[in-house]
Amino acid sequence: MNDRPSQRVFDLLSLTVGLTVLLHAPHLRWWLTLPLLALLGLRWHGFRHHQSFPRLLKLALLLLLPLLVIGYYGNLFGRLPGSALACGLLVLKLLETERARDVRAAIVFAAFTLMSALLFGQQLWLTIMVVLALLPALATLVALQAGSTDIALRQSLLTPAWLLLASIPFALLAFVLIPRLSSPLWGAPGADTARTGISDTMTPGNIATLLVDDSPAFRVSFDGPVPPRAQRYFRAVTMGYFDGRTWYAARPNSVHITRRPKAQKLIIQGPVLGYQITLMPTRQHLLPALDMPLKPAPETRFSFSRTLWRPKIVGSLFHYRLSSSPEYRLGTHLSRRETRIYLQLPAGFDPRARALAESWRQAAGQRSWAIVQDALRLYHDGGFRYTLLPPPLGRNTVDDFLFDTRAGFCEHYASSFTFLMRAAGIPARIVGGYQGGFYNRLGRYLLVRQSDAHTWSEVWISGHGWIRVDPTAAVQPQRISLGAGIANAGSDAWYQVPWLRDLRSRIDIVNRAWDQAVIGFNALRQKSLLTSFGVDPGNWLSVATSLGASIAVLFGLGLWWSLYETAEGDRLSRAYRQLARRLRRLGFERNSAEDPAAFLDRVADHLNPTEAQHLQQLSKRYQKLRYASIQAPSSLAIRNWQHDARQFRPGSVVE
Amino acid sequence: MIGSALRSLTPANGLRRLLKHHPSLLLRRQSEPLPVTLDRRRIYILPTGFGLVFAVILLVMLIGALNYNNNAALLLTTLLGATTAQSMYGAFRNLKGLRLLSIRTQPVEAGQHIVLGLHLQGSGRARIGLSVRSVPGLTQNFSVLPEAHDDIKYALPTERRGWLDIPALNIETRWPFGLFRAWSWVHPAAQVLVYPCAERAGPDPDPITDEADNAQKPLDEDDDFAGLRDYRPGDPPRRIAWKSSAKREQPVVRLLLSRDEKQPWRLDWHAIHGLDKEMRIMRLTRWVREADVAGRQWELRLPEQTLGPDQGPAHLHACLQALALLP
Repeated sequence: MNDRPSQRVFDLLSLTVGLTVLLHAPHLRWWLTLPLLALLGLRWHGFRHHQSFPRLLKLALLLLLPLLVIGYYGNLFGRLPGSALACGLLVLKLLETERARDVRAAIVFAAFTLMSALLFGQQLWLTIMVVLALLPALATLVALQAGSTDIALRQSLLTPAWLLLASIPFALLAFVLIPRLSSPLWGAPGADTARTGISDTMTPGNIATLLVDDSPAFRVSFDGPVPPRAQRYFRAVTMGYFDGRTWYAARPNSVHITRRPKAQKLIIQGPVLGYQITLMPTRQHLLPALDMPLKPAPETRFSFSRTLWRPKIVGSLFHYRLSSSPEYRLGTHLSRRETRIYLQLPAGFDPRARALAESWRQAAGQRSWAIVQDALRLYHDGGFRYTLLPPPLGRNTVDDFLFDTRAGFCEHYASSFTFLMRAAGIPARIVGGYQGGFYNRLGRYLLVRQSDAHTWSEVWISGHGWIRVDPTAAVQPQRISLGAGIANAGSDAWYQVPWLRDLRSRIDIVNRAWDQAVIGFNALRQKSLLTSFGVDPGNWLSVATSLGASIAVLFGLGLWWSLYETAEGDRLSRAYRQLARRLRRLGFERNSAEDPAAFLDRVADHLNPTEAQHLQQLSKRYQKLRYASIQAPSSLAIRNWQHDARQFRPGSVVE
Repeated sequence: MIGSALRSLTPANGLRRLLKHHPSLLLRRQSEPLPVTLDRRRIYILPTGFGLVFAVILLVMLIGALNYNNNAALLLTTLLGATTAQSMYGAFRNLKGLRLLSIRTQPVEAGQHIVLGLHLQGSGRARIGLSVRSVPGLTQNFSVLPEAHDDIKYALPTERRGWLDIPALNIETRWPFGLFRAWSWVHPAAQVLVYPCAERAGPDPDPITDEADNAQKPLDEDDDFAGLRDYRPGDPPRRIAWKSSAKREQPVVRLLLSRDEKQPWRLDWHAIHGLDKEMRIMRLTRWVREADVAGRQWELRLPEQTLGPDQGPAHLHACLQALALLP
């Protein structure tokens, strides 16, 4: 038997595999993706010309692939090495695909690999791409069927497309009802993915990649009006320990000071804003909160410095409600130990900055605020430049920045400012978080992107407590007044065009809906949804019953569709069949030798005279409609016949 | 469908009722007159091996998506699962309403494949990727398209002469994805005629002449001689050309031309000696076919009947049928 798949099958299969590799490309290395795609193209060309791939080369590639993966990732398991291996094996499978069986195996494997692309991101566009990539996969299976050459390629793509569309209700139902796992069955999911967003360490220069990342970090819906841009500081972490190069939330290998359970005291001095934050998964503990939050939300806690954190890492979309007061006094009292912590500086670094700070202190004496003003004046007038591409710094990062390069972004300013304050004897710390955000008027929420990440400082002034100081604002006021997008790219950036911004707002609303409805649908939401339908989520019998009942309903719908036949013949035939059915109930069956009119005449013989006359008339008119003219009968005439046939309701049979 | 079949099994006399309503549960079901419409009572569906493998992969995907708490992957898995499950309806619908209207055929010799022309109608829908198979026979793939009216050719092996009952035909489909197999058995009440097989080689028949006359007539070499050919078993000894045979390794016989080319052949059952019944039928079959090819008239004398003398396709068919149906 000639089992070699047809060219159409192989084309579709190659398309499927190519799309799969492309969907994995964002997280694979280019030196793997490009050769795989090249190999795929080579094989596709070879299959067209009936060349089989050299066996030895195949074997060599099969050995090389795991070696490459292990060599680069250090292991074969886990999401990244796993997806690299899967993509490689998929392409290698194509090299040896000579029979229908191989095609089926490749498709099954491709479906699995396609799904695994979603483990790296669950964005709406990616999901849509993956679903679209299912089309050629299913079309391959269609084309593999004997007789598929009887139909056009378009139709073998349409068949799975219709089935996919028809399956959406079924899929949604299963999606809603399938019980979610309360804890993973194996592994710590996502331990190997990069954390996103602000982190709890800061080395000046390393959030530059974050600042050009346009993906959403979180969205905020305010109960009342949105606070002005200058007040939109969302604190996520404070960093108090500096080793000369990097700021840490806590001194390495010591107790996490930010996680001390008791937060510093807060005195509210102005209005209170209520709001809800929907945070994208970060794989971290940090939660942004508008300065200054009053109370931690459920499942969350305050650190000593009143940043919010969650004991469980944020692995999926997380909603929390907070209220904050933009006018406040925080931590009017600082213990000796705390003072020591917030004055810590590494020995042997940045002598010039220390000397500068010392000179300020001598000039200002006890007037701490005057020192702060001195520093801000330096930034404003000292020839500093805001740029996302600063020149590299040497060992003494603060000295190099302050006296040499004078170019950088928020991290450089916050870092050097905090250093100067400490050197001048003012307790100070770095605050990492987000600033600004884009207000979506259509959706009435504030969208904060990763590019809105920001770093500023807090200084402790005796009698006032912690005061926020943003040295970046002294250099580049637009960063605060207009937002990160303008500060980072200049005011004439192409994507600031109004209609484009409007479009982006609309797209973001769709993404937000997707995040909330699909990605954020967790065990908790499932529970509340089931409860609202009267299903007790704790009772598995109740859940099983509802699952079974809904599946039965959908199965019934499918059955109805598969049993449903469009009525054959034209309208006249259908009308005639209706009449014949009514006559059958009286016991008259048309036998196969009888023409339609003869049958009616025969039945008429058994009826009372008026009914018989009616039926005979119908018979005559039927003959006329059917046979009198070459042209098709007018639809009006047919409708009339149908109407009269419906009027015919024989009461009884006269024997 | 199978569920309802099992439910009706519970009462004591259930089995008979079950088979009445679900005749295709029996492989060797009662034959039935054509036309036959495949309705829901006689269509059965089970997943194929590939379908089971696919189900396992779906399960793996489901567990993976749940484990990684990944709702997009879960949605994809449920979508793929629902789509493939729905393909069951596709397979069912592909068979449902298919009508086998008639079977056309041409007789063949025993041992050859007889080609059945299955006249199938798809009630307006295109039905792709069907196949027909019978227990002894091969598998033939086909599609029924609304605009095409050609018969589906299905070759059936034959072994013996005579009437051949068309076996139960299994019509199945794995459309659209090959994950489910829907099938139905049709056992048409129809027979096809299988002619006897002709023997490969043997002696020529005698022309019809008066037997007494024939016996006394000397073999005139100069009159009727038409050539020589190798001796074959069964040739009458008096035809052997002894002189010529002496010069060769094999004996040869004289070929005789009948004096009147139009004189019909007499193919007589009783004139063949030394052969069993089937061999006689095979020889007569060969003669009949040779006479037809030669455009001669012939007369076939069988134990019960005599056909001809006549010629032409109708006579040929009558003779072959009579031979085929000999007890």
